[in-house]
Amino acid sequence: MSRIRVVSNLLKPRSLDPFVPTHGARSALGRTIRRMSVSDAAPQALWRHPEFARGAREMTGTALGIGAWGLLTGVAMAKSGLPLPLAAFMSLIVFAGSAQLAALPLLAGGAPLWVVWATALCVNLRFVIFSAGWRRYFSDLPRARRLRMAYFAADLNYVLFMRRFPDQRPVPEAVPYFWGGVVLNWTAWQVPSMIGLFVGDRIPSEWGLGFAGTLALLALTYSLLHDRSTWIAAAVAGAAAVAAYALPLKLNILVAIAAAVAIGLLIDHTTTRPVDPEEDLT
Amino acid sequence: MTALEGVIAVIGLALITILTRGFFLIPERELPLPAWLQQGLRYAPLAALVAVVAPEVVMTQGRLISTWMDARLPAVLAATAYFYWRRGILGTILVGTAALLALKLAFGW
Repeated sequence: MSRIRVVSNLLKPRSLDPFVPTHGARSALGRTIRRMSVSDAAPQALWRHPEFARGAREMTGTALGIGAWGLLTGVAMAKSGLPLPLAAFMSLIVFAGSAQLAALPLLAGGAPLWVVWATALCVNLRFVIFSAGWRRYFSDLPRARRLRMAYFAADLNYVLFMRRFPDQRPVPEAVPYFWGGVVLNWTAWQVPSMIGLFVGDRIPSEWGLGFAGTLALLALTYSLLHDRSTWIAAAVAGAAAVAAYALPLKLNILVAIAAAVAIGLLIDHTTTRPVDPEEDLT
Repeated sequence: MTALEGVIAVIGLALITILTRGFFLIPERELPLPAWLQQGLRYAPLAALVAVVAPEVVMTQGRLISTWMDARLPAVLAATAYFYWRRGILGTILVGTAALLALKLAFGW
């Protein structure tokens, strides 16, 4: 319950600082002027912003898959032998499905804390890569806000956000869009997780529920394939992930990301194309 | 494991969630990330998705599947066909799951 209250607090207008795009303007004066001109406009509640609705709407398609995975994770946690209140606490505040699943058997088996934490750290390494992407959009926000947003930024939020804002520059729509997707994703994950925790093994595994989550990601993958370089990068990532599957701690995902980034850069640099001046932000 | 240890472990895990998801958001100064890396990062979300999907489709218990009589392959084909026909994610999930269930129930694949 408390987590739900926290989320609703985040959505209150009080917490909405005007988004200040100071990209490129580093002087304190310029920053102040921008801040003033933005706050002169009537503050609009974050959740009333049209981009908030858009962020939530674009997440609805995958929400079913997320929900199926949340349910299965809840069931797995119920069966792990962890006390139910602790498992519920874990699901509500850790909010990282694959890290939870990796930590569960270790916790239940009484492994040392540092082993549990190191395992979760490795499973979560992909988020470190994603956080470099988030920085392009949110570096002008106060640190506390950045970290609050980061906590809720799950994989699919990243994927959908980057599809919506591919230009890698801060825009005012980014923050409401982010929160719209986050609220839907959080709910679509946590509610079924709790159901799974409390109904436990009454959900038969042969329903193929896990595959619903895979199909959601498959559809999302297709929506990102739009040219030769993305197709090739995807093929390389898939092959790398399968080839490196034997690695522990889901490190095959990192291998796949590294391989796809490498091949993507190679294609980008060997293919001659007219340089778009807007694209060169570096 | 005492209750207190469990709570400490879970709080630590939550901090790890924040630390990893916010890693490059922690410093206040602009990070000197090389330009090529920034550019290459646009492939990261796609790669992460494929890295989760591909093994789920073509592997069973850590090995490549060796039979065509696996319900997942036709299910993925059906889901793919639906996606390129209608472009809806929800429909893709429903069509693929329906195909999977039908094959499992009809042939035991």
